[in-house]
Amino acid sequence: MTRLTRLTMAEARDGLARKDFSATELTEAHIRAVEAARHLNCFVTETPDLALERAKAADARLAKGEGGAMEGLPIAMKDLFCTEGVRTTASSHILENFVPPYESTVSANLKKAGAVMLGKTSLDEFAMGSSNMTSYFGPVENPWKRKDDAGAKLVPGGSSGGSAAAVAARLALGATGTDTGGSIRQPASFCGIVGIKPTYGRCSRWGIIAFASSLDQAGPMARTVRDVSIMLGAMAGHDPKDSTSAPVAVPNFEAALTGDIRGLKVGVPKEYRPQGLSPEIEKLWDDGIAMLKDAGATPVEISLPYTKYALPTYYIVAPAECSSNLARYDGVRYGLRVEGKTLDEMYAKTRAAGFGKEVRRRILVGTYVLSAGYYDAYYAKAQRVRRLIADDFAKAFQTVDAILTPTAPSAAFAIGETDGNPVTMWLNDIFTIPTSLAGLPGLSLPTGLSADGLPLGLQVIGRPFDEETVLKVAEVMEKAAGFTAVPAGLEG
Amino acid sequence: MSLDKNTVRTIANLARLEVRDDELEHLAGELSNIIHFVEQLAEVNTDGVAPMTSVVHMDLPRRVDAVTDGDCQDKILANAPEQQDGFFLVPKVVE
Repeated sequence: MTRLTRLTMAEARDGLARKDFSATELTEAHIRAVEAARHLNCFVTETPDLALERAKAADARLAKGEGGAMEGLPIAMKDLFCTEGVRTTASSHILENFVPPYESTVSANLKKAGAVMLGKTSLDEFAMGSSNMTSYFGPVENPWKRKDDAGAKLVPGGSSGGSAAAVAARLALGATGTDTGGSIRQPASFCGIVGIKPTYGRCSRWGIIAFASSLDQAGPMARTVRDVSIMLGAMAGHDPKDSTSAPVAVPNFEAALTGDIRGLKVGVPKEYRPQGLSPEIEKLWDDGIAMLKDAGATPVEISLPYTKYALPTYYIVAPAECSSNLARYDGVRYGLRVEGKTLDEMYAKTRAAGFGKEVRRRILVGTYVLSAGYYDAYYAKAQRVRRLIADDFAKAFQTVDAILTPTAPSAAFAIGETDGNPVTMWLNDIFTIPTSLAGLPGLSLPTGLSADGLPLGLQVIGRPFDEETVLKVAEVMEKAAGFTAVPAGLEG
Repeated sequence: MSLDKNTVRTIANLARLEVRDDELEHLAGELSNIIHFVEQLAEVNTDGVAPMTSVVHMDLPRRVDAVTDGDCQDKILANAPEQQDGFFLVPKVVE
């Protein structure tokens, strides 16, 4: 029954409703796929027994006609969401043996909707990275291969790289991700799948291991726009336990997919065409603009003048918040402890041993920019520029309904192909970070292949809490692009 | 601004991160590189711009000041590296 893993989430849902197969059969097929793809290293922890238990319960509910919106659908969970009784590591040594006694709101919502969790997927340590290479549990491999260089192991992007690779390799129908500066959208682009970072406040952050609290947001990753619409509906909702969770109703996102974008104005920001942008990415973007035109929308050139300051702004705000959030890992209440002669020595040894290089680097940068005498020059300055960046978008959205940009400046690169300079790695998120700073919804969908045969994504950005327009535009582009390519070994 | 080895030692201490002496030079170079990169913000005129502390346009909600959770000592201690008699155990702080 390997065919069951090729279904979209919507097809699987409809198949379950028609009783073509059971949730147990669907889950068993996915568990076998997970086991057969262990070389990709997508999962930190597999939970097959729990999955089968939930699938059985789902079958019982379906039989009684009481199924939820995602009843019996197997998904993967980024290992940043606390799951009660299931180890949650953030792909860090410091949380290697942490078993949460509570469930994050988003994973609880998915459970309530009937989703079946297959396991916890790997990520860059504490979600800090764009390659999944900073995971304590080793890099994740992208299932896609270069056309003429099948030996090169490619990164899946990051930080939600395990989730993206699992969905692309047909190990799960969908997966949760989190996005702070591009961590859903960039891996979605690298792995040829769809991922949406919703508006900040749309999904509760309660029970998600924090990185940069003013930016972190959970969202779904799946193989079609319809599938992320289904999953976002199940994940979202107001939560009094997160004071930044927005008290707004969750629309029926699937109903927004009308296929009609006639008359919509779509902004094309001229600052996203910097000198040196790859001609391949430029063509992908132009093709996307043509698809919108053909569908009756009007492309409008817009200007977001503060775009070039987004990356430096982000690399003050995010490390500052990271250094504060990660202060809690002290070897006292949970996580790793390395003994020391004094309490302070125990803290310092624990944290030096428990955190990887990139995390330590960001803690140090954050501590520096927040330290006495520098706070105004760095952190307060960055917060001011952040407002200017957000204002750019607010102005643009007075005249346009959505914005179209590339998701990432390149296709997936190979493990070990980077130059070791952290700033070069950060450039991966150059097109996604501005949206994060402004708190806006952004979706990546695959619309073409690179000359190497690797997927490339475009990003659709919307107004705050207008994911419906984002999804509607994306679905029209999805149909027009007709992206049917699949990773190596899944052809036919 | 460039960071010297002493500054790195100071911020590592503030962050409670043990750094070996032979790592200081490399870290100072790496962190200086990052600080140079973010310092391009200095060229932006932000006079009269209020710092953005939240992208959510809403007042922070308040709740009734009442106990709504608790009575779960076992759960709280379940992940503790060391515990005794219902307390977290740490190295001796007061001589």
